[in-house]
Amino acid sequence: MTITTDWSQRINPTVQAMPPSGIRRFFDLVAETKGVISLGIGEPDFVTPWHIREACIYSLEKGYTMYTSNSGLLELREAIAADLENSYAVRYDPRTQLLITVGVSEALDLCLRALLLPGDEVLIPEPSYVSYGPCTSMAGGVPVFMPTGMDEGFRISADLVERSITPRTKMLLLCYPNNPTGAVMDRAELEKIAEVAVAHDLIVISDEIYGRLTYTGRHTCVASLPGMQERTLLLNGFSKAYAMTGWRVGYAAGNSDFIAAMTKIHQYSMLCAPTMGQMAALEALKSGQPAMRQMIENYNRRRSVVVHAFRDMGLPCFEPGGAFYAFPQVSVAGLSSEEFAEQLLKEEQVALVPGNAFGPSGEGFARVSYATSLEDLSEAFRRMTRFVRRRGVRACLISAPA
Amino acid sequence: MEQLTKQILELLEDDAKLTAKEIAVMLDVDEAGVKSVIKELESKKVILKYLTLVNYEKLGAEKISALIEVRITPQREVGFDGVAERIYRFPQVRSMHLMSGTYDLVVFVEGRNMQEIAHFVSTKLSTVEGVISTNTHFVLKAYKQDGVIMEDQEEDRRLMVSP
Repeated sequence: MTITTDWSQRINPTVQAMPPSGIRRFFDLVAETKGVISLGIGEPDFVTPWHIREACIYSLEKGYTMYTSNSGLLELREAIAADLENSYAVRYDPRTQLLITVGVSEALDLCLRALLLPGDEVLIPEPSYVSYGPCTSMAGGVPVFMPTGMDEGFRISADLVERSITPRTKMLLLCYPNNPTGAVMDRAELEKIAEVAVAHDLIVISDEIYGRLTYTGRHTCVASLPGMQERTLLLNGFSKAYAMTGWRVGYAAGNSDFIAAMTKIHQYSMLCAPTMGQMAALEALKSGQPAMRQMIENYNRRRSVVVHAFRDMGLPCFEPGGAFYAFPQVSVAGLSSEEFAEQLLKEEQVALVPGNAFGPSGEGFARVSYATSLEDLSEAFRRMTRFVRRRGVRACLISAPA
Repeated sequence: MEQLTKQILELLEDDAKLTAKEIAVMLDVDEAGVKSVIKELESKKVILKYLTLVNYEKLGAEKISALIEVRITPQREVGFDGVAERIYRFPQVRSMHLMSGTYDLVVFVEGRNMQEIAHFVSTKLSTVEGVISTNTHFVLKAYKQDGVIMEDQEEDRRLMVSP
């Protein structure tokens, strides 16, 4: 008997139909180019502060190598609850309302799986982080993107949310400060959006992984808005604020029944987040504040450099208020996002991520990460300026405010 | 201290080569303002000097340094300062501090070789009036200086593109 296995026939059609991440394709292109300065990296350029690494080494020496409880180390959950209360005046019971996950990514996946029924719609602002749509689809839901543009600073409005709601809408996914645009929401608009969420009984998932990296004004935690804590699942983690991407530690905070449901999936699929990562995260919360503040100040200075550079270059770019991304309009060079990214890579060896990787409304833009040393940033901007000048882009006539 | 002054000093302490223009862009303030703050700091001797940190080991250059613990007798009127000045005026002394504890001064000296330093200690330093004793420790290896790790093996290991 011969068995011929045509795998493509057997793969789940939802997975089969899912396009691979646009970033991945570009990654391969960058990998085969030499001398590249990359502005395409979505993680801090700092190595995890030494005291955090040292605490992890110590925990290994002491033998902390076993599973933790499914929910994660209680001590870490208590520290997170205290941190959330201090920072945003929102209270969570560390025993029932917090779950430590393998990064925010797992937390997002868990909550979508715990909540969505086939056909349920999830509202997602676009340009959107690459995982939101596919994770929604894999959980059986339908991503409904809400396109935003440069004119409104890549922010959604209560009105846009209202217009996007259908009888099948179950969730609203927020991610501010935003990857890829760097947009932040102001509190007033968030309050209006919260009213819409209440009126239509929507669950709000708020991915606030970049919350600490807010440079203009103060970050508003969605759960802290009136009436929102009960219907909000707050997602956060240690990757961006403490430069701990590879440790894979995040958490979800919310209603205890909901957290319990997520915990069930988590206990059968993941069991627990890595113990050493949790030990490191605990140290980050205990004494990581000064190092974190220093890194944030550093990003903020580079942000200013980036905004000035695009102004001088002649690429329109709204001022990003958070994260470590700028989202300039590259179409003024007469190229699509992908053409711009590919030609820039080829001619000047600068890598950035074409905006259309984050959805159709990102077309014409590019994501520029400034989690890169100042020397590399300056050199990359020199090269980019040469590139856009060759394509007829002239410096903006708008002069810097005195 | 004014916030802007503090920020400018932080930046310059980390990289003295930054121009006023670059600092102005980073702090989102105007260039003339940055220039005048720096000028004032220089004239008030808050900023003393802009130096270069060199790893001479890489050049194979002959250079040796030592830390010397010095006990001295304080003098009337000037306390420790009089003796201290007679010591720190020597160009061989790269840095020097008055310490609490079992000795009084810690003196870092630099020379081309061990003999040079030995000669300095025996003929100059220990003969200064008021110096009771010296205890010389030669430096075998510099790991970190002024906050900079000499041979930092931590390079950028991130993927070139990531979401």
